[in-house]
Amino acid sequence: MSHKHVGSLHAADAEMAISNARDVYTRRQEGVSIWAVPSESITASSPSDKEAFFDPAEDKVYRHPTFYDLPDELEHM
Amino acid sequence: MEEASLIERFDNYVAANKKIEPKDWMPESYRKTLVRQISQHAHSEIVGMLPEGNWITRAPSLKRKAILLAKVQDEAGHGLYLYSACETLGVKRDDLINDLHNGKAKYSSIFNYPTLTWADMGAIGWLVDGAAIMNQVPLCKCSYGPYARAMVRVCKEESFHQRQGFEIMMTLANGTDAQKKLAQDALNRWWWPSLMMFGPSDKDSTHSEQSMKWRIKLFSNDELRQRFVDMTVPQAEMIGLTVPDKDLKMDVETGKYQFGDIQWEEFFNVIKGNGPCNKERVATRKKAYDDGKWVRDAAAAHAKKKQARKKAKAA
Repeated sequence: MSHKHVGSLHAADAEMAISNARDVYTRRQEGVSIWAVPSESITASSPSDKEAFFDPAEDKVYRHPTFYDLPDELEHM
Repeated sequence: MEEASLIERFDNYVAANKKIEPKDWMPESYRKTLVRQISQHAHSEIVGMLPEGNWITRAPSLKRKAILLAKVQDEAGHGLYLYSACETLGVKRDDLINDLHNGKAKYSSIFNYPTLTWADMGAIGWLVDGAAIMNQVPLCKCSYGPYARAMVRVCKEESFHQRQGFEIMMTLANGTDAQKKLAQDALNRWWWPSLMMFGPSDKDSTHSEQSMKWRIKLFSNDELRQRFVDMTVPQAEMIGLTVPDKDLKMDVETGKYQFGDIQWEEFFNVIKGNGPCNKERVATRKKAYDDGKWVRDAAAAHAKKKQARKKAKAA
C-alpha cells in the first residue's frame, strides 16, 4: 500500500510531528506507517499551469492497452 | 490577467462544480468569507469539547466514560483539521485563536448552554451532533477543496457521536421513571437551541446568497432545519419522548412537520454574548491557552536543544 496525504499539523520538530500525526490521523486504524514532512520542503506544480502541464497526455490514447485492436482468439496478452 | 476576467473564470469554475485549491486565484471576498466560516467552525469544535468534557469524570460507567472521552477527543481532532484547512487561506493559527479569545470571532451558539445532567450527554449527541451532521454532509461538496476534504473526514467520525447520544437517550427512556424524566428534561432544554443551530431564517440571513453562489453553502438554513425536524421527531417518538413544541403537527399533504415559532430574540441574544455560558466558555479557553504556554515553550526549547546536539555531533 502506498502512503497518501491525510492532512497537516503543527509540531515543534519532526519527532513530535510523527507523534501528533499518530494522535490526530490514526484513531481508527487508518494506517501502519506515517511520513511527516515540513511543508516548506514540498515543491508543488502550479495550478495556473495545470492545462499546459497535464493536457498533453490527454490525446495520447495509444499509451493505453485498449487502443490496440487484436484478434479475440489471441490469448495471454 | 484582468480582474474582471479572473472573476469570470473563477465563477465558471465554481459553477462547473470544480474545486478551488489554496494556490488558485480567488476573489478576496471569497477568501475572507471562508476564513470567517472555517475558523468559526474550528472554534466551535474546540469550544464544543467543554460542555461534554464537563461530564467525563461523572459518567455512570467506565464504558460510558471511555466513549465520552473518545467523542471529546474527536472534537479536538476536528478543530485541528479545520484550523489546518483555514491556514491554507493564508492566515496564522495564533491570530485565529486570538480572535476567539478577544470575542471578535464567534462559535456555534449551541455551546453557550450548560450541561446540567448526564442526560444532556444523550441530548447533545443525538440533537446537536445530528444538526451538525445535517450541516456538514453538504459541505463535503463545497467549492473549497481543503474545507470539503476536512468535512469528509469529520462526517465519517461524526456518525458515532450521534449514535452514542441516541443510545444514551434510549437507555434512559427505557429505564426507571426518574431516568425517563431526566431524558425528557434534557430534550426539553436542548430541542429549541438545536433548531437555532441552523442559523436565522432565510429571509434574515445576510451571508446566505453569496455563499450559495460560491457553492460554500448548498442548502438554505430553513431547508436544513426542516429536514432535521422531519428526521428527528420520529426518533423521539420511537423512544417515547415528547418534542417540547405544542404547535408540532404533521402536514399530511407535504409529509413534512409544521413546527412552532423559534424565539429568535434568544438566538440573537446568545450570539451577542449574553447566553448562559458565553463568558465562561471563552474564559476557559483563554485559561487553557495561557496555562498551556509552558508546554509550548518547553516543546520548542526541547526541539531546539535536540537540533543543536545533532549539529554538534555531526561537526
